[in-house]
Amino acid sequence: MTEIPERADVVVVGAGIVGNSVCHHLAELGWRNIVLIEKGPLPDPGGSTGHASNFIFPVDHSREITALTTDSMRQYEKLGTLITCGGVEVAREPERVEELKRRMASARAWGVDSELIEPRRVAELVPFVDPDILLAGFWTPSVAVVDPLRAGALMREQAIADGALTVSANTAVTGIRTDRGRVQAVCTDAGDVETPVVVVACGVWSPRIARLAGAQIPLTPAVHQMMDVGPIPELESTGTAIAYPIVRDMDALMYERQSGADLEIGSYAHRPILHEPDEIPSLEAAALSPTQLPFTSDDFDPQLEQALELFGSILDRPDAGVRHAINGLLSLTPDGAPVLGPSPEVNGLWSAAAVWIKEGPGVGRMVAEWLTHGDCEFDMHGADIARFYPHQRTREHVRARANEGFNKTYGIVHPREQWESARGRKLSPFHAREREAGAVFFEVGGWERPHWYESNRGLLDEFGDRIHERPHEWDARWWSPIVEAEHLALRQRAAMIDLTAFAQFDVRGPGALDYLQRMTMAQLDRPVGRLCYTPVLTPGGGFRSDLTVVRLGEHHFRVITGGADGARDRYWFESHLPADGSASLVDVTSAVCTLGLWGPKARDVLAAATEDDVSGEALPFGTARWIAVDGIPVLALRVSYVGDLGWELHAPFEHGQALWDAIAEAGSPHGIVPAGIGVYGTTGRLEKGYRLMGAELDGEYDPVEAGLALPKVKAADFIGKDAYLAAREGTPAATLCTLTVDDHTSADGIARYPQGGEPIVTQGGERIVDRKGRGSFVTSAGPAPSLDGYLLMAYLPPEFAVEGTSLQVEYMAERYPVTVARVGRTPLFDPEDTRMKA
Amino acid sequence: MDIVVCIKRVPAFGAQVPLTDDGSAVDTRHLGFTIGPHEECAVEEAVRLTAKYGGRVTVLTVGPQDAGEQLRYALAMGAHQGVLVDTGTTELDPEATATAVLAGLADEPDPDLLLFGDASADAGHGQVGVRVALARGLPVVGGITGLDAENGSTDGNGDAAGNGAVSLRASRDTPDGTEVFRLPVPAVVAVKEGLNLPRYPTLPGRLKAKKAALRTVACDPEPGGLHTVGLRRPADDRAGAIPLGRGADAAPAVVDVLAELGKV
Repeated sequence: MTEIPERADVVVVGAGIVGNSVCHHLAELGWRNIVLIEKGPLPDPGGSTGHASNFIFPVDHSREITALTTDSMRQYEKLGTLITCGGVEVAREPERVEELKRRMASARAWGVDSELIEPRRVAELVPFVDPDILLAGFWTPSVAVVDPLRAGALMREQAIADGALTVSANTAVTGIRTDRGRVQAVCTDAGDVETPVVVVACGVWSPRIARLAGAQIPLTPAVHQMMDVGPIPELESTGTAIAYPIVRDMDALMYERQSGADLEIGSYAHRPILHEPDEIPSLEAAALSPTQLPFTSDDFDPQLEQALELFGSILDRPDAGVRHAINGLLSLTPDGAPVLGPSPEVNGLWSAAAVWIKEGPGVGRMVAEWLTHGDCEFDMHGADIARFYPHQRTREHVRARANEGFNKTYGIVHPREQWESARGRKLSPFHAREREAGAVFFEVGGWERPHWYESNRGLLDEFGDRIHERPHEWDARWWSPIVEAEHLALRQRAAMIDLTAFAQFDVRGPGALDYLQRMTMAQLDRPVGRLCYTPVLTPGGGFRSDLTVVRLGEHHFRVITGGADGARDRYWFESHLPADGSASLVDVTSAVCTLGLWGPKARDVLAAATEDDVSGEALPFGTARWIAVDGIPVLALRVSYVGDLGWELHAPFEHGQALWDAIAEAGSPHGIVPAGIGVYGTTGRLEKGYRLMGAELDGEYDPVEAGLALPKVKAADFIGKDAYLAAREGTPAATLCTLTVDDHTSADGIARYPQGGEPIVTQGGERIVDRKGRGSFVTSAGPAPSLDGYLLMAYLPPEFAVEGTSLQVEYMAERYPVTVARVGRTPLFDPEDTRMKA
Repeated sequence: MDIVVCIKRVPAFGAQVPLTDDGSAVDTRHLGFTIGPHEECAVEEAVRLTAKYGGRVTVLTVGPQDAGEQLRYALAMGAHQGVLVDTGTTELDPEATATAVLAGLADEPDPDLLLFGDASADAGHGQVGVRVALARGLPVVGGITGLDAENGSTDGNGDAAGNGAVSLRASRDTPDGTEVFRLPVPAVVAVKEGLNLPRYPTLPGRLKAKKAALRTVACDPEPGGLHTVGLRRPADDRAGAIPLGRGADAAPAVVDVLAELGKV
């Protein structure tokens, strides 16, 4: 135990790579009274940092994760703790070859040099591999191994030398004192430290430490098995820790790497083995370390055979024995992403957990920036702890998804792939009707939403030649041509769409307007009954959210936002409520159901279901009014995300089924169909050029670049205003464009359809990078049935953001010609918005 | 030379042994299992002896079904077959254990050599080898740190390759020097860590061991006379690590400690 200060500006708990990095970057940003508390001894306290395999493959399909990883590699290198050895991901199965091609797209999109290579070349790089069982390799020369313990020690030393950090090792946190939902102090067996901010960087123990403050960090400790086999003379003779590239045997869900004289074999193929944070043995009780649990050989045995297949030449030796084998613990989360940022449950409690070695230093930098400035360089929405809805923070949910997600670590995961576990958690009141109509449900935020309806299969005949089948199984997976048929039925007649997954907040009080003005970019000081689409910006002027605000009364507003980001948005709005209590926020999501009704016949349908006047004069575009639909009170919002005439019909939840039936009955003579989110979120949206939070919009792009700058800047101050004003003054580094794919034909002679995330390159095949260093990539992709085309959205630098410019998209290691069809927000379909405003 | 090696499944713990709440047993819920270092040496020695002189190594354990894991570990090291005397999950006293070992040996051909670890890694009674030797009327020696076969020195029937009857030469270190024993076969020998450097199982060895069939013998021996009253942890009076200083400043303190230990 060490002398521990009585007060600190911030207490970081956990001296693994993440905690050390947070301390280091806080010190760099000028913090001076940082205390780092660690239960174990230094430099290796016994957490996952101490036993990790420490190699880094930079390419990930996630831009966020790749950015964190490449930033971390730069930091490790700067500290002299990185050895570049190269790495190759190998394919045994044809489907994996396709996946490696897809990885090429991600490598190019995020700017990592990689190459597809033949098995022969794999064997040249790693001479012990049997190339005969391989089909291809994905070679990344920058793959490296790092020393996170050393890196962490150096980071601590720097912060101590700066006079910024006090380290208290061998000190156990026994409590976190809170008062009225705010952190007051960290209690330890060496005394209490008063502090307004605690960062939980405790890896697999994080849930336990957060619980001391009454908060949840949704992760579970899980086993990743690894073993060292040696001595192997060919490796020993290199005289170095790693002389050969690391091999990821992707189809076996395993990796093999040199570790001195040994070959280390790690597996993600065994059954998911989840543990409880409270049951991890103490340092004293653990045979090796708390996070190196006894090896369970039965789970690993099937992998041995696969290791022998690939590395038989050096593993099948009488002298090479299993010298070390562990069930190593790591952290799994419900969606596989880290858990970062301020807890929505306790003020001043921050999470920096569920982080791999490859992301540790980058995460430390982002969390430190976030703590200091309120946002950070990389968009972290996919890792934000506030992304979880309450049910997603429960132990049951975390374990169910971790159980399902573990074997996806090296798996081939389709970008639209749906979870199988923990489904049916949130059902809209339309659910029974949707099931009757053969809905195929996708999940968002726990809600089951129809993506399309099998009952609409007959529409394929009706719209036959206008619908494009996808001949390749990958392109067609988690998709249906019925989506396009529903789209065309909407455009021709009318469709009803379940939007109950919207998150909705009622904001009331004399300060409601001022508060919302401060939160949003658009002018909300409008007459009662007006609705307004508005970006919500980060302090740095990027997108925090975009949503609709309806003025329901002088001091009463409703905020309506997407289900995917509802939990984050709720935290953002709640955490900025005025301290004087002049505005209050109530989450009414569970009280409201929403049915979208759009199409040229929508007014006829609604008029037949209501006695209220729903004419364009009575209910013009951009307004909201209470009407009665078959005796049900409905808040009708004249707005559209699909670009056709119609409404969002918001009703009390319990009236939902009656509302559905009333609209279906009134629509029947007009040929109304139910349509899924495939239309709402992809085809209808793309034709209208509408941007989607998390796709086109995130913290790394500003409203000017997104084409969402408004003609006037409101006088009221708002978050991100300074940055927004600056962006308006300058020329954007990139502008969001809509592109058409000119020819889908692959080398195999079949039509291929990019799915999103692919790089946009020049006609000569060069990467396109804007002056801020951001590569151009497909933010959204999908068919435009009304335009008989296939659309992509991408940010392009000024020299390419010119309508008519010919470029290429790289998909599955082939290039397809595309043309910039639109620069900025004007839609390709109905550019004057005449249909919507009819 | 056919050899039976008796091994025991024991918990692998760290610095602190966790006990159940009532103090009656080691709390093994979060522990892995292993065989003790003496027994690892016994397996290694048996594998080496049969490699040199021919014959088969049978590993035998007494315990729960899960003890098959330890048999397979020994098979992966090179033992040829395994016998599991299934006595359930109750911890047995040495008498009962010896009874169970004898039950397991009953259907096996008589071995030339029965190897034990000098004492189990958990209970440490050191009785089972002696009891088995007594029951079978065999010579026994314990604490052995050196072992080899000697051809034909007792009855002259051994051939040059070491097959057939031989005698054993066993040695152990004492404070006064090395004691050397010559034993006729069959015999019982209990060995100690230091006898050899046990090998790690190879990958092919593990795969072979995984597929090997184990012979299981059910046995419910009468309890013997030794009862465990309870377990308690000694008071935690360890001082823990004391930093002696940093950098060159620490040198005098290090010298003092080394002097205290009689090393300088």
